[in-house]
Amino acid sequence: MDSQPIIEARNLDKFFGKFHALKDVSISVRQGERVVVCGPSGSGKSTLIRCFNALESHSSGTLVVDGIEVFEGSKDVRKLRQEVGMVFQQFNLFPHLTVLENLMIGPMKVRKVSRDQAERTARTYLDRVHIPEQAEKYPAQLSGGQQQRVAIARSLCMETRIMLFDEPTSALDPEMINEVLDVMVELAETGMTMVVVTHEMGFARKVADTMVFMEEGRIVEVAPPDQFFTAPASDRCRMFLAQILEH
Amino acid sequence: MRSFIDRMRWPDYLIVAMLIAFFGYVWFTIEGTLNYKWRWELIPGYIIGYHTGREAYFANILLQGLAATIRISIYASILALVLGTILGVARCSQNLTIRMLARTYLELLRNIPPVVVVFIFFFFLSQQLIDALDLARWSRNIARQEDIWLWELFFGDMRRFPSIISGVIVLALFESAFVGEIVRAGIQSIPKGQREAARSIGMSRLQELRYIVLPQAMKRVVPPLANQFISLIKDSSIISLISVQELTYKTVELVASSRMIFEAWITTAAFYFVVCFGLSRLFSRLERRREGQA
Repeated sequence: MDSQPIIEARNLDKFFGKFHALKDVSISVRQGERVVVCGPSGSGKSTLIRCFNALESHSSGTLVVDGIEVFEGSKDVRKLRQEVGMVFQQFNLFPHLTVLENLMIGPMKVRKVSRDQAERTARTYLDRVHIPEQAEKYPAQLSGGQQQRVAIARSLCMETRIMLFDEPTSALDPEMINEVLDVMVELAETGMTMVVVTHEMGFARKVADTMVFMEEGRIVEVAPPDQFFTAPASDRCRMFLAQILEH
Repeated sequence: MRSFIDRMRWPDYLIVAMLIAFFGYVWFTIEGTLNYKWRWELIPGYIIGYHTGREAYFANILLQGLAATIRISIYASILALVLGTILGVARCSQNLTIRMLARTYLELLRNIPPVVVVFIFFFFLSQQLIDALDLARWSRNIARQEDIWLWELFFGDMRRFPSIISGVIVLALFESAFVGEIVRAGIQSIPKGQREAARSIGMSRLQELRYIVLPQAMKRVVPPLANQFISLIKDSSIISLISVQELTYKTVELVASSRMIFEAWITTAAFYFVVCFGLSRLFSRLERRREGQA
């Protein structure tokens, strides 16, 4: 594994008006590393990873992603986003386009890839997420789990080097969670750099190299999973784990 | 379904009786005190006339007016759609100056009476434009040529071409403000996640608008735009004030020359009603069918 950091955040602060969403957050992610971020809601997990592809701009601190310094008004934001894929809680597929078109529009319009090439890539990744037969359908005709897998494929089609997941299974019915997690596990096995915000601790145990626990805008704990789950250093983390692992 | 008469109760009969009495009284007054001589039999001749010399039927002034109204409404609504879309996009722009300009245009149009707006646009804009392009001479040249049926199909009498064009421009500028508001509402109704998804695959703001936001927004605003089109047909009567020879203008002419005040205006009202009501029924049927599919 390359030890070069691909995401390097130092002393990030983020304000929404008066609300202090991120407080002096520093984190670095190595190439190929799988990081799982957890914590109670409102702890700033989503805000943090949304900073990584500049959907939010941090108020102060420095952030370098894939060699590109991220700051408000930077001209390199589009270049950055082509290297950093994002999967949303609410899927956010484009409802007016078919599944195939959803996958092709990014490569064609942003990367200026030919239609044939874009379609080949799209079909490859649809295979990878196990729904090649849904190519001609519209998102509304698919189940939530299928939609989320299409969303993952859409990001993959951009051939990004980093994938961010913002609570990818939180909007899904329980019986569909596993089909999405399976795809994510397979993706992890390919060596993709992944930063995942999730409460799925089974998934975290299986794929994470590093666990990050956040609370009230701060990173409280960073540890490898075996240590994180068996002997968390902070009380807050222990309490949080007790709550979500109880069931 | 039971027929309408079956469903009538005694209050309905009472209301109908009162209405009949009221209109009967109005009728009686006109007949008795105004000493008005109805000449309904002449009206069809003003719709389709018969030329005895050429022994052929021709579209007389009322039908000419209706044709002009329909033509102008179609062109004006296309232009208004283009301008309105630009305006709607400008209203959602990131740039403050662009947003303020669009807002100013909109508020001016909303708070000045339509008639005043029409005169201002006419004298300050469309008149200057027509002079600058020398449209009057250009169209007169075409009018002198032979075999210009295609021109006449689209624009009617070519000698009146500049007037039609200024009518279209004035009407389109006026309606674009309302189309702009409809488009803005459509754009803002698209969930934030759509824009974020577009941005997260590296699209520029323009690409995001063109490939993701506008296609969805325009689909959503088809029903209100259809209603706005019907409003535009009705509003087109205002441009008779700048001597565009559409239905209302032609009716004024007819009344002045024939003195058939009631017949002419009732006929014109019926024309507008049939066109607008027909379109509104058609649109609601199309929309129901579209919903059935979705």
